[in-house]
Amino acid sequence: MTARIERPLSPHLQTYRWTLTLAMSIIHRGTGIALYFGTLLLAWWLIAAATGPTAYANVQAFTGSLIGKLIVFGYTWSLMHHLFSGIRHLVWDLGYGFKANEREALTWGALIAGISATVLVWIIAYAVGGGR
Amino acid sequence: MVEFALPKNSKISGGKTWPKPAGATETREFRVYRWNPDDGKNPSVDTYHVDIHDCGPMVLDGLIWIKNHIDPTLTFRRSCREGVCGSCAMNIDGQNTLACTKSMHDVASGGAVKINPLPHQPVVKDLVPDLTNFYAQYASIEPWLKTTTPTPQKEWRQSHEDREKLDGLYECILCACCSTSCPSYWWNSDRFLGPAALLQATRWVTDSRDEATGERLDNLEDPFRLYRCHTIMNCAKACPKGLNPSEAIAELKLKMVERQI
Repeated sequence: MTARIERPLSPHLQTYRWTLTLAMSIIHRGTGIALYFGTLLLAWWLIAAATGPTAYANVQAFTGSLIGKLIVFGYTWSLMHHLFSGIRHLVWDLGYGFKANEREALTWGALIAGISATVLVWIIAYAVGGGR
Repeated sequence: MVEFALPKNSKISGGKTWPKPAGATETREFRVYRWNPDDGKNPSVDTYHVDIHDCGPMVLDGLIWIKNHIDPTLTFRRSCREGVCGSCAMNIDGQNTLACTKSMHDVASGGAVKINPLPHQPVVKDLVPDLTNFYAQYASIEPWLKTTTPTPQKEWRQSHEDREKLDGLYECILCACCSTSCPSYWWNSDRFLGPAALLQATRWVTDSRDEATGERLDNLEDPFRLYRCHTIMNCAKACPKGLNPSEAIAELKLKMVERQI
């Protein structure tokens, strides 16, 4: 017997063509992780609100800044996307939506619904709160 | 374990461009993964030009043409050439499929036909992956009829309706296109059974004649063996027989819940 051969591993991510469902699976995981940080942000806001006007004003100043707004916008999208993507997973877990056309429709639907709901929430927020 | 990059010994470097066949009026470019266990080098990608007027339409025809006319050292598995045996499963144009049923003229990205071995597997040589683990996982789901009642005088009977429940499950040819298309399987093939073995598990759990359903489900009740499936759906897109392993896995997950209520 010759010595054990060190076999190479065949290319995987390097060669596999991207699919929408694959990308959405990664985004679902990513937004899930982002929600942890978003919840910290929410907790910070609530704690500040309970602490007093100065602490609250600090948080408001941060979330009102350009970077703060971007983060809050990202959090809104993460939440909405994860919600709709989660509903998509629920449909699959119930045993529906596995045909090729249903699968693609569900996946596109979740992606578009997540973005639309985010934009809608911000339009309403601006209409009601005037951008504060 | 999740490792996005290839290990050092697996990185692809260089490759030879073989001269175009003399006298060919129209050629198709093939870029094929090569690795030779005997030369101690890293894998490479060789470029060949196939005379399409002297060759059948399928990717497998092209590979056989290359082996016969250009480079007899090119190594790949093939047998039935009609999508029944599952031997010539490989990654063509970024998607796992059978070389014998994929037309080289259907390659989506146009241009060169890029061929790699089935993804994230140890390579034996060129396009031949080592599927030992894949077969062991298939064996682990015990793909045979298990019964406790005394064997009948004749065959085990099954109604037409119960037989129909096996449609979409029994046709699997174990080519490994689905399992090796699954990122979850790439990262956890040591513990996750993968779409092919799980589709077969569903086939035996669904069989009305089988009397070991509970035992079979017990063996699958595991955070890795079954539940590493995250419905990424690459399996269903890859299956050259048009089967749907992700749906079969969903059925298994449902059966797990149903038996508890």
